[in-house]
Amino acid sequence: MRLNPAVARGDFRNVWVVAEVLSGQIQPVTHELVGAARALADVRRSEVWAVVLGSGVAVQTGSLVACGCDAVIVIDDPALATFNDEAAARTLVQLIDKYRPESVLCGATTRGRALIPRVAVLADCGLTADCTGLAIDPDNGDLLQTRPAFGGNILATIRCSNHRPQLATVRPRVMKALDADPRRSGRIIRERLTPHPSDALKRVIEVFHSTETAVNLGDAPFIISGGRGLQGPAGFTLLRQLAARVGGAVGASRAAVDAGWIPYAHQVGQTGQTVQSSVYMACAISGQIQHLVGMQSCDLIIALDKNPDTPMMQLADIAIVGDLFEIIPELIRQIPAT
Amino acid sequence: MRIVVCIKQVPATNDALIDPETKRIVREGVKAILNPFDTYAVEEGVLLRERFGGEVVVLSMGPPKAEAVLREAVSQGADRAILLSHRAFGGSDTWATSYALACAIRTLGRADLVICGKQAVDGDTAQVGPGIAAHLGWPQATQVMQIRSATPETLVAVRMHEDGYDVCELTLPAVITVVKDINSPRVPTLRSHLAAQQMEVPVWTPETIGADTAKIGLDGSPTRVVKTEPPPPRHKASRRITGSPDACAAGLLHELRTRSLV
Repeated sequence: MRLNPAVARGDFRNVWVVAEVLSGQIQPVTHELVGAARALADVRRSEVWAVVLGSGVAVQTGSLVACGCDAVIVIDDPALATFNDEAAARTLVQLIDKYRPESVLCGATTRGRALIPRVAVLADCGLTADCTGLAIDPDNGDLLQTRPAFGGNILATIRCSNHRPQLATVRPRVMKALDADPRRSGRIIRERLTPHPSDALKRVIEVFHSTETAVNLGDAPFIISGGRGLQGPAGFTLLRQLAARVGGAVGASRAAVDAGWIPYAHQVGQTGQTVQSSVYMACAISGQIQHLVGMQSCDLIIALDKNPDTPMMQLADIAIVGDLFEIIPELIRQIPAT
Repeated sequence: MRIVVCIKQVPATNDALIDPETKRIVREGVKAILNPFDTYAVEEGVLLRERFGGEVVVLSMGPPKAEAVLREAVSQGADRAILLSHRAFGGSDTWATSYALACAIRTLGRADLVICGKQAVDGDTAQVGPGIAAHLGWPQATQVMQIRSATPETLVAVRMHEDGYDVCELTLPAVITVVKDINSPRVPTLRSHLAAQQMEVPVWTPETIGADTAKIGLDGSPTRVVKTEPPPPRHKASRRITGSPDACAAGLLHELRTRSLV
């Protein structure tokens, strides 16, 4: 809400993390954000709270306390078994109103990025999307939020001085979770879901979780991506085999997706997903700017191409000149199956 | 069915430059295009109108030159266009932008469905679609990859997630944001292109839409960009590996093992 003489900065305290819950399981990004929140709360001499909305989640709160939470608000209700942006947003706004956190962090996942903008409007507060850096301004305690824009071509720092709480979605795999310490203790605060007539306006009627973990580009530490040079779907079969060996996921350029060799969910780049994995291995991807903006923030970029002079081969940290149809089978042979 | 498609003019990626002195994005003289995701939003609106009748209204907020992308959308099949343009809108963040767009949608009278692209490629926030839904108090579905079925009162939408998808039934009016999987946008014909160039594009101001001026523009925006800078340069210790396939594979594995990555 907007700060005014009746609503003071000092009324808002603590850093909250909205848990990412999938099929009733709290996801790793939640623990990463608790790690980030711990550092911020320590500077602010305040607490870290997690908010867990889901079904069958109450038993999992211990891991959040062990990873750094001082308190966990839990609403465990069968109505929250599937992702319902409207009910979750309404509930978060009620909790914000009741407990008045200073900052609220949420994973920049498809669910988080659907939910939190709704909260920002309903709670009348500022929101920064897809942050990769968070810090506290030592002068006034504002949250300084850094995020990439223009596909990573610039980094913008954003603050929100006149509204509380300060909301941010934070990219998965950027922040570090703390080691779990089972000796830590924290409070569990049970709250209830209050039904609302508007809940009937949307029903989730089917949920499909891909068994092919390879699609989950956002969470993958190692992405092996293929482009036009793969020449067909068989090329991606090869990439999948290598991905299985290194515990990675398979990505693709727009050219390969448009050719129908692999589904759109795998597309990296401006009209696909932006990824930030530890390793990105581009196989026969020339590296048009629209692709580069989706992956140039990855830690280690490997390019494999017959042509040594493509933009991707220039950008890469490790550039391998050669034929992927010869080198990838060789990699699969040399990496022991686990 | 009245379908409102919200679109944005963005700088062409290839031309997005950072001024080395001011560290700000150079927008002057840079080619501007229709946000690529919005093309799919327009097409989906046109497809629904072809099934149910009614009209597709394209709506954009921006400077006067943003009129160009509205004409482009009309050449793709939208029926009419409205530009929200006024100095008071300048500097709006996603909160204020979604507020202004929601006010404009209300001003249209009845609307059954609002369609937005998944996100704009300049800001990459994906916040305006859900923001509009919240301001209007409507249900939403983001990252829609397929409309499985529709009636004039309901929509069954398939939402793409990192780990798969889910399917939700929305009671209209509602807001959806779409990904490129949803359709293949048609190419405008010469005739539709020419007609779109001659069309009148009404310009709406804060007054037209009855917006609270405290909620638009820079002053109505909770967030402030306090600094922009280029990302830290990639360390350029680039290594090249050549040779036989097994030597290349061994060379790469050595690099990965040194970094404990395999």
